[in-house]
Amino acid sequence: MLKISNLSARVAGKEILKGVDLSVNAGEVHAVMGPNGSGKSTLAQVLAGREDYEVTGGSVSFEGRDLLAMAPEERARAGLFLGFQYPVEIPGVNNVYLLKAALNAKRKAAGEPEVDAYEFLALIREKMKFMHMSETFLTRGVNEGFSGGEKKRNEVLQMLVLEPKLAILDETDSGLDIDALKVVADGINSLRDPARAVVLVTHYQRLLDYIVPDQVHVLSGGRILKSGDKSLALELERRGYDWVQAAQGA
Amino acid sequence: MSSKSQDVEALIGQKYRHGFVTDIESDSLPPGLDEGVVVAISKKKREPQFLLDWRLKAFRHWLTMQEPVWSRVHYKPIDYQDISYYSAPRAPANAPKSLDEVDPKLLATYAKLGIPLHERARLAGVAVDAVFDSVSVATTFKDKLGKAGVIFCSFSDAVHNHPQLIERYLGSVVPAGDNFFAALNSAVFSDGSFVYVPPGVRCPMELSTYFRINAAKTGQFERTLIVAAEGASVSYLEGCTAPMRDENQLHAAVVELVALDDAQIKYSTVQNWYPGDENGIGGIYNFVTKRGECRGRNSKISWTQVETGSAITWKYPSCVLKGENSIGEFYSVAVANNYQQADTGTKMIHIGRNTKSTIVSKGISAGHAENTYRGLVKILPSAEGARNFTQCDSLLMGAKCAAHTFPYMEVKNPTATVEHEASTSKIGEDQLFYCLQRGISAEDAVNMIVSGFCKVVFKELPMEFAVEAQNLLSVSLEGAVG
Repeated sequence: MLKISNLSARVAGKEILKGVDLSVNAGEVHAVMGPNGSGKSTLAQVLAGREDYEVTGGSVSFEGRDLLAMAPEERARAGLFLGFQYPVEIPGVNNVYLLKAALNAKRKAAGEPEVDAYEFLALIREKMKFMHMSETFLTRGVNEGFSGGEKKRNEVLQMLVLEPKLAILDETDSGLDIDALKVVADGINSLRDPARAVVLVTHYQRLLDYIVPDQVHVLSGGRILKSGDKSLALELERRGYDWVQAAQGA
Repeated sequence: MSSKSQDVEALIGQKYRHGFVTDIESDSLPPGLDEGVVVAISKKKREPQFLLDWRLKAFRHWLTMQEPVWSRVHYKPIDYQDISYYSAPRAPANAPKSLDEVDPKLLATYAKLGIPLHERARLAGVAVDAVFDSVSVATTFKDKLGKAGVIFCSFSDAVHNHPQLIERYLGSVVPAGDNFFAALNSAVFSDGSFVYVPPGVRCPMELSTYFRINAAKTGQFERTLIVAAEGASVSYLEGCTAPMRDENQLHAAVVELVALDDAQIKYSTVQNWYPGDENGIGGIYNFVTKRGECRGRNSKISWTQVETGSAITWKYPSCVLKGENSIGEFYSVAVANNYQQADTGTKMIHIGRNTKSTIVSKGISAGHAENTYRGLVKILPSAEGARNFTQCDSLLMGAKCAAHTFPYMEVKNPTATVEHEASTSKIGEDQLFYCLQRGISAEDAVNMIVSGFCKVVFKELPMEFAVEAQNLLSVSLEGAVG
């Protein structure tokens, strides 16, 4: 589904990604872990098409298409979803309105009719219930005055409504208490499906107790240093990232 | 800078959609201004002596006045002798008695503007008084309003049919010599609208006037007077457009509102005068004096404006809060794009006890535009317990525009409460990217973000006009992201 080959990118003139290779197949969950400043968020932003992140080399194919040639909104409509680490507030713009516009943009691109308002409300109510979100959410502005945990829950809610083929979740677990973490993990797990894939970007293996990944990768210094199964995450938890870096002579 | 900024530049330069000219014969005075012109206008309109005297007094006073220079707008000096002060579509012999008799070309013009008089009026339940250049062409729904006792007609008709009301209220809020542009208007105004809502009557429908400047080198000097008697209430909307021309046209209107005891007036404006092209050539100079007086106890006057047009906007809808417990409100969205200059705001003059005022101003600047909020909150010694709340927010799109805020406050009573909040923000790359990542196009995203910014003002507009305002805004700012 996603094939990243030798991807390099820089931000504000600084080289952050230095040749990343990563392949994700449909039905898989991958975890990308690594210390602060290793390039995890940069990777997520580059895949989503953030303009100020300049790709300097390599290629990315998404479902056989050249992802890097696509505009951010095209990527989204093609089924790529980014759960933001810091979801932005958009004052005065209703949450539901944004989400409906997003869903309709996607449906329109797929040649499907726009969603009917009642149908949409029923859908969003069902997903909100699943995410343990209160009704007041329906009338609030996008992330306006939300707590950190509410923002993350909102990201997962959007993901559930948009049903992406590939979800890249950038530290969706950070800032959550244990109950909220379970709710968020349930949300992500509910999307697991042989036709979809998830890339979890995270610092901690805590999330992986609830969402068991097929593969775990260690990103450090702008490169994937090591890949393995779930046990790699546990080993990282025990031994820290220095161990991988030392082992790779990085 | 990235390629996106260039796209943005291109998108900002979208075309003015009301820039057509209607080819219609008109009866105009030659350019120039002297006492003879003032007399000629009054004569053409067969006005009573009191009105001619009033005009002449205003004109003589105007001659002694200087054009104001304190606002943050820049323009070449206006040659007042190069303007025609009267232009009317030439009617076949007699003036039309009903819509059926109105020149079909005129009606087609209004249809192009999106206001087919018949349909719009009927469907929306809105009574429209359409002013084309200087005279009122057709006033719809007179009958229904007449049954309720509401007078809604052109200013000229009011002068003939209700001279005592005109004599009593004209100039009672904005005196003939109030300021340079108001004095000019008082001398040469050619038409406008008049509304009188009798005691205890709630006006059964929204009233609306649509202004349009068609003829070249014409100034439009309309005069609006709205009186809500004891316990009456009325909601009034004006909309404005003009054809695209490469010279500047002057628009100097005066609006006076009078609210007696327990009366309410809601005045909404959607102003879309031609703003000039992307190089700042042409466009309307809009120098307008709007003032309402809460003369009675518990009265309320509310101004809501959405300003997207004009090359220059110079406009401060104000409330004089004389009556005890009276309320003044000002909700404004002012958009300036390309080389537009807007210097707008409000004045709230608190005179009576326990008077309250609210000011919410949202300025949006894009391109090379200059957008200034200028507001005065004045609490006089008599205004025991007066309260004001002011909120001014500015949104910048791109790096070449500017926003300025000048809030003046004069508080002469220690029991008064005055609050002021202000903010300036840029349309964030983060907000935009967030929307794009959800599959929403850049245009839709900007519209969404800007609408969110303006929401508190839009919700003050009557429903059907809120939609129009939203559309106007998206046309004015299509893709203006930086």
